[in-house]
Amino acid sequence: MSRYFTDEHEWIEVDGDTATVGITDYAQEQLGDVVFVEVPEADKEVGKGDDAAVVESVKAASDVYAPVSGTVTEGNAALADDPALVNSDPEGDGWFFKLTLSDPSELEGLMDEAGYKAFVESL
Amino acid sequence: MSDEATQTLPLDAWHRDKGARMVPFAGYSMPIQYEGIMAEHQWTRENAGLFDVSHMGQLQLKGESAAEALERIVPGDISALKPGKMRYSLLLAEDGGILDDMMITNSGQHLYIVVNGAVKHQDIAYMRAQLPESIELVHMEDQALLALQGPKAAEALARLDIAGLEIGWSGPDDLYFMDAAPCLWGEVPLGISRSGYTGEDGFEISVPAEHVTALADALCEQPEVKPIGLGARDSLRLEAGLPLYGHDLDSAIDPVQGNLTFAISKARREEGGFHGAERILAALENGPDKKRVGFTVEGRMPVREGAPIFAGDAEIGVITSGGFAPTIGAPIAMGFVAADYAALGTQLEAEVRGKRVPIIVSKMPFVPNGYRRKGKS
Repeated sequence: MSRYFTDEHEWIEVDGDTATVGITDYAQEQLGDVVFVEVPEADKEVGKGDDAAVVESVKAASDVYAPVSGTVTEGNAALADDPALVNSDPEGDGWFFKLTLSDPSELEGLMDEAGYKAFVESL
Repeated sequence: MSDEATQTLPLDAWHRDKGARMVPFAGYSMPIQYEGIMAEHQWTRENAGLFDVSHMGQLQLKGESAAEALERIVPGDISALKPGKMRYSLLLAEDGGILDDMMITNSGQHLYIVVNGAVKHQDIAYMRAQLPESIELVHMEDQALLALQGPKAAEALARLDIAGLEIGWSGPDDLYFMDAAPCLWGEVPLGISRSGYTGEDGFEISVPAEHVTALADALCEQPEVKPIGLGARDSLRLEAGLPLYGHDLDSAIDPVQGNLTFAISKARREEGGFHGAERILAALENGPDKKRVGFTVEGRMPVREGAPIFAGDAEIGVITSGGFAPTIGAPIAMGFVAADYAALGTQLEAEVRGKRVPIIVSKMPFVPNGYRRKGKS
């Protein structure tokens, strides 16, 4: 399994041709208290960079983009009851959705953990 | 407003030291939050929050008949305001549209006015143009403004050694909601009013900028007090049902549409003589064509500013403020609807990202206010 990051602060954990997507600890810290998350439904087709989910803090709504193209297999139902999971465990139980990759070569443009860390430090 | 370079306020370094996240607001760099909006909101509802509102405009109006002159452009009964009393009022365009909302205090020496930061320069230019030359208008740019808000605000403030001047104020318990008094904190002159914009009991304190850091430190040394950012100020005022100028009110809205008829004093309703009186008095008599109302929102998804409001297929209004209400644990909103849909309990829908969300016209304030009024303990 390997984990990749986008410059929009999503992470994607890839295992074969399936992947889990969420937002990074940096992103949740910037957003503040998360009060609502809208996740995509299973079977939804998403293209790389498409709006795939919405995360709402007390203050504002923000889009979450699909890091790669694919078909959503599952949205994280736990976020409906407990959106604060995004704050408490953003890179674990606070994941947003899972998908089947349609073009694994798209992963090549993403950052690895060290690259993302350097990117955040540069902000 | 956004073209201006971002200016720093006297407490800028203090906020950064306290770990604030700073954002541009009304031309200034302002603290949006320290530890988090939810925690700061709850702290203010249960204890006392210290807000830096130094971006707001503090004005003095001096001269004989200043109150009468001001009454041409505001609908409140300013000449009847006794020394030490303050009133919420509205700056009116010639057609009766709202240019700003403001607090007007009779200090005993002059009128002291607090206006919104984002429009203060426009307000000053407008007032200068509208008022006779014999009335002096002073922009108190060397004053900072703090708001101490929450049920323990009085308890915390009482521990600072503040003495009342002139009007015989010996401590916070001598002031009731919408009273104001000049005071001394040691050698430092303070203008203290029992007011605020959070729905809680509390005080606004005008202090010379050179002393604001010391005062903020002295207040935050009290165990009840923490610094609170603008994020929680916004969620608190929304729960209190209070409109925010530039969002819930603007120059296209008159005071009756804005659901602010309480700001049109009885005497002024009879006499008129203020900008837009014809439009405003007609709306008072016949009812407005549209009206600002509050909404509870079904589910957990916040409904925010700009969301259109529907009754069936008909678009009948728009959300002007909305978000998650920490005290209630659910989303709330306010907005304008056509008059036929303004009754409490009316079931409507707001459209968010292409989806319809059920909303219900609801009583404001959403959270009962904690003002300390005379006759109430």
